[in-house]
Amino acid sequence: MSNYGEETITAISTPPGEGAISIVRLSGDDAVAIANKVFRGKDLRKVPTHTINYGHIVDPENKRVVDEVMVSVMRAPKTFTREDVVEINTHGGIVATQHVLQLVIGAGARMAEPGEFTKRAFLNGRIDLTEAESVMDIIRAKTDRAEQVAVDQLGGSLRKLIDKLRKDILDTLAQVEVNIDYPEYDTEQMTAKAMRDAATDASARLQELLATAQSGSILREGLATAIVGRPNVGKSSLLNYMMHEDKAIVTNVPGTTRDVLEEYVSVRGVPLRLVDTAGIHDTDDVVERIGVARSRKALTAADLVLLVLDASEPLTDEDKELLEATKNKKRIVVLNKQDLPAKITARELATYLEPSELINTSIKTAEGLDELESRIAKLFFGGIENSQNNVIVSNARQAGLMRQAQTSLKSVLDGLDAGMPLDLVQIDMTAAWNKLGEITGEAAPDELINQLFSQFCLGK
Amino acid sequence: MPEVKEYDAQNYDVIVVGAGHAGCEAALASARMGQETLLLTLNVDMLAFMPCNPSVGGPAKGIVVREIDALGGEMGRNIDKTYIQMRMLNTGKGPAVRALRAQADKAAYHRTMKHTIENTPHLTLRQGLVNSLIVEDGKARGVITATGARYHAGAVVLTAGTSSRGKIIIGELMYSSGPNNSLPSIKLSENLEQLGFKLRRFKTGTPPRVDGTSIDFSKTEEQPGDKTPNHFSFTTPDSMYLKDQLSCWMTYTNSHTHDIIRENLSRAPMFSGVIKGVGPRYCPSIEDKVVRFADKPRHQLFLEPEGRDTSEYYVGDFSTSMPEEIQLKMLHSVAGLEHAALMRPGYAIEYDVIEPWQLRANLETKVVANLFTAGQMNGTSGYEEAAGQGIMAGINAALRVQGKPAFTLGRDEAYIGVLIDDLVTKGTNEPYRLLTSRAEYRLLLRHDNADLRLTDKGHELGLIDEDRYAKFTAKRAAIEAEKQRLNTLRLKPSQVNDWLTAQGKPELKDSVTAAEFLRRPEVDYSVLTQFIPAADVDHRVTEQVEIQIKYAGYIAKEEAQVARLKRQEAKKIPAHIDYEAITGLATEARQKLTKIQPETLAQASRISGVNPADVAILSVYIEQGRIAKVH
Repeated sequence: MSNYGEETITAISTPPGEGAISIVRLSGDDAVAIANKVFRGKDLRKVPTHTINYGHIVDPENKRVVDEVMVSVMRAPKTFTREDVVEINTHGGIVATQHVLQLVIGAGARMAEPGEFTKRAFLNGRIDLTEAESVMDIIRAKTDRAEQVAVDQLGGSLRKLIDKLRKDILDTLAQVEVNIDYPEYDTEQMTAKAMRDAATDASARLQELLATAQSGSILREGLATAIVGRPNVGKSSLLNYMMHEDKAIVTNVPGTTRDVLEEYVSVRGVPLRLVDTAGIHDTDDVVERIGVARSRKALTAADLVLLVLDASEPLTDEDKELLEATKNKKRIVVLNKQDLPAKITARELATYLEPSELINTSIKTAEGLDELESRIAKLFFGGIENSQNNVIVSNARQAGLMRQAQTSLKSVLDGLDAGMPLDLVQIDMTAAWNKLGEITGEAAPDELINQLFSQFCLGK
Repeated sequence: MPEVKEYDAQNYDVIVVGAGHAGCEAALASARMGQETLLLTLNVDMLAFMPCNPSVGGPAKGIVVREIDALGGEMGRNIDKTYIQMRMLNTGKGPAVRALRAQADKAAYHRTMKHTIENTPHLTLRQGLVNSLIVEDGKARGVITATGARYHAGAVVLTAGTSSRGKIIIGELMYSSGPNNSLPSIKLSENLEQLGFKLRRFKTGTPPRVDGTSIDFSKTEEQPGDKTPNHFSFTTPDSMYLKDQLSCWMTYTNSHTHDIIRENLSRAPMFSGVIKGVGPRYCPSIEDKVVRFADKPRHQLFLEPEGRDTSEYYVGDFSTSMPEEIQLKMLHSVAGLEHAALMRPGYAIEYDVIEPWQLRANLETKVVANLFTAGQMNGTSGYEEAAGQGIMAGINAALRVQGKPAFTLGRDEAYIGVLIDDLVTKGTNEPYRLLTSRAEYRLLLRHDNADLRLTDKGHELGLIDEDRYAKFTAKRAAIEAEKQRLNTLRLKPSQVNDWLTAQGKPELKDSVTAAEFLRRPEVDYSVLTQFIPAADVDHRVTEQVEIQIKYAGYIAKEEAQVARLKRQEAKKIPAHIDYEAITGLATEARQKLTKIQPETLAQASRISGVNPADVAILSVYIEQGRIAKVH
């Protein structure tokens, strides 16, 4: 059972696919505190109202930077909803934006119901009374559309997995409940160990699903790919090769506010979104002023880096710097111009990379390009193949709720560690179960009680 | 036969119909709030009668008894005066689910309650069968009895229980009857239907009773009472604890019993189609259990004494409506009951209930104003559930007569609140029993803090006298003072590390407050007082301090959820909304909202079939109306 009070709500407030900047908006009492949990920069709780603040969104779990952002903090009442509002302006395209959304949901925000920002604006007196009718229309229309989308997104296999997970948790819950309500019956007693096993198992299964969340949004939005390297190493040629007409899906989507070009290509079924290709085009100019600095920027948002080196010239400081800067990224180092006499050897590169990261090519003669393509495909699908039935979580709301469920399961384990009684630990187990129920939207009334009576033979 | 002539009898402020567990609480609450109250019952010798199990309390139910007590009700005090055994259940579990249960002396329970009612000012007890309500302008104005008396009143509380068109079934035998062969109430049901109430049939049952002198207890397991004193009522001192308690006894059915049942299923009214009413899943008849859980080799039975001055034993969990001949065979197949002499056969009873969604949160009906209903006729089962509704209906009837606003309890304030909200918001498809799992915030709804939750309210209503209230506020102050002390006192590592090492627990590095030390799993209050001076307070105070400190994290979690709920509860939905006029609502939501007429947005959101979008649209619609009025 969920309560719809004035919780802090969130949603992506820019239409998808339009422009490189997207906005994740939060509204509610805890908007600032929640944003602050995933933000590295100034303490947002202390900045003045109506300010824009530069910083990074960081995954609180692994401390990894997700995106470079500008965050607007606007405190009530002079906001759209007359509540505290935070807007996170993301730069990394849809994939990063979805990730940011997941993180703020994980940090305690609730995915906004369709039309909810407008509803709140109205209820808080921000929108004129005469518009009430249209507000109700907006809610209805958006709900109907969202329901359709939700049905499409929640594929059959994911639903099955979540349902199974909930069923298993429910069995545990029912066991605890029956011990409480029927203490004198000869039903099996729930133990701390059984509870721990159940929570650990559920947590592991969730973790596996969550690991696909990133791949899922990639699948829908394209793997953000940066081609980097110092000028004249063959970046443009590689780009042109990949942009070959039968590979190009979408071309030239100009960014609205930033000088960025994005190209979509499909490499053996892997959708790649080539980021900051503008930087590559620039290098075709005689003025080669941007180089490494530009590449570095492109790196921030990239899921995959193709680092191009010129095999016919000795390794420069710039090359080394790029090798260093990309070493924690998923990358392929393309040692190009193999058609010319080699000045760089694999042995020389060995200190900077794993042999498996290296591919020798000559874009001119098409040498090694086949292997490059299969490497890209392998890198991508390799991460997914191991997951449960190839189910992929592709929706930030689902992933956000899973993160919340995961947090509750962790509290179950913490509670058991602290020697808390099972009926208290049950509070967190129930919370996890409820969060998963919100994903499928099918938290039937009295589910637990029905389970109790069907599973056990009970007296008065 | 000549027609009975009606006559105008006395006027009252409040009339309560029925003197079961709901009716007694309702009448006492109303009279204690100063209203001239008439309590009418079919048979004054069956006042506060226990037609089924001889016990009060248990998980969830025991907490309700404490809540009734904190509101100034009688059930807790009455059982404290008449129990023959007391047990605290779930002692090995957390504080939220501990529950007290008493075995009652049935006759003493009735007698003592009758005595209390007879001696309560403003309360009149009279025998009489109510045939119809007097309704004027859609408001209840009184009742008319079978003997022709027309009683007038400002409000009426109906607690007819299983008497409403009651029908007892034993095998092939079926006859019109209330519980335990009492008079059924037929005409009142017809009158309610004429007034526009939607009724439905429910079924419940009771097991056979046997003569204890014929039981071979050596073949059963003994269940004695507790040594540690506990009572239901705040007012009962530990010194009153009963030393000489009676035991209950446990035995089991076996494959032979199950064979007898299976062989005779064609004669079981539950399966032959004779019984139409819906029975509860949690209290199935033994024949139901054998069919539904066919692979269970045995079922537990509890042999419970019905009182001190009788040898009658209740065969718990052996509810049946098999023919008497089969009941005897079934009983005699059970270890310890081989030679048991049957005193009363078990039976099933079918009866009318009011679909409870026809009620408001104050238990007033939506069909007829100033009419309140409570207890089993609202679709619940259990003495405690009945009493909890009874006191609320009595309070609200009195408030109505006084012209004061309704009194309700939230899901976060009491199990009584959970019970009533479930009934009026969701209705029920089977006799409703409270379970701890029905409460979202059960850590807040503990049996040990019922007084802290509700005594203020009971006092404000005028149901808690000043003497008791002073004792209560002193206890509350003592709890706060002791918490304050533990939060200030510090323990140095040197004081406690030897003890921790001896327990095999990690040592302290820095000093901690006594409260922080108490939070460690291996520490309880008695351990703590090895290192700091014990406070000179009652053990109920230290128990409270320990629970509040030890489980503060979980309590805070539930309180955060409650804060959210409260904001939605604060949003009232005006009466008489035309849901048909709100175009944005989904069709199912519109139908459900029209039927239930929720009083707050929170209640609306709990109705199945009403989705968040519908609640959002509703909130916009209400706001529009509110603003329109202000302008």
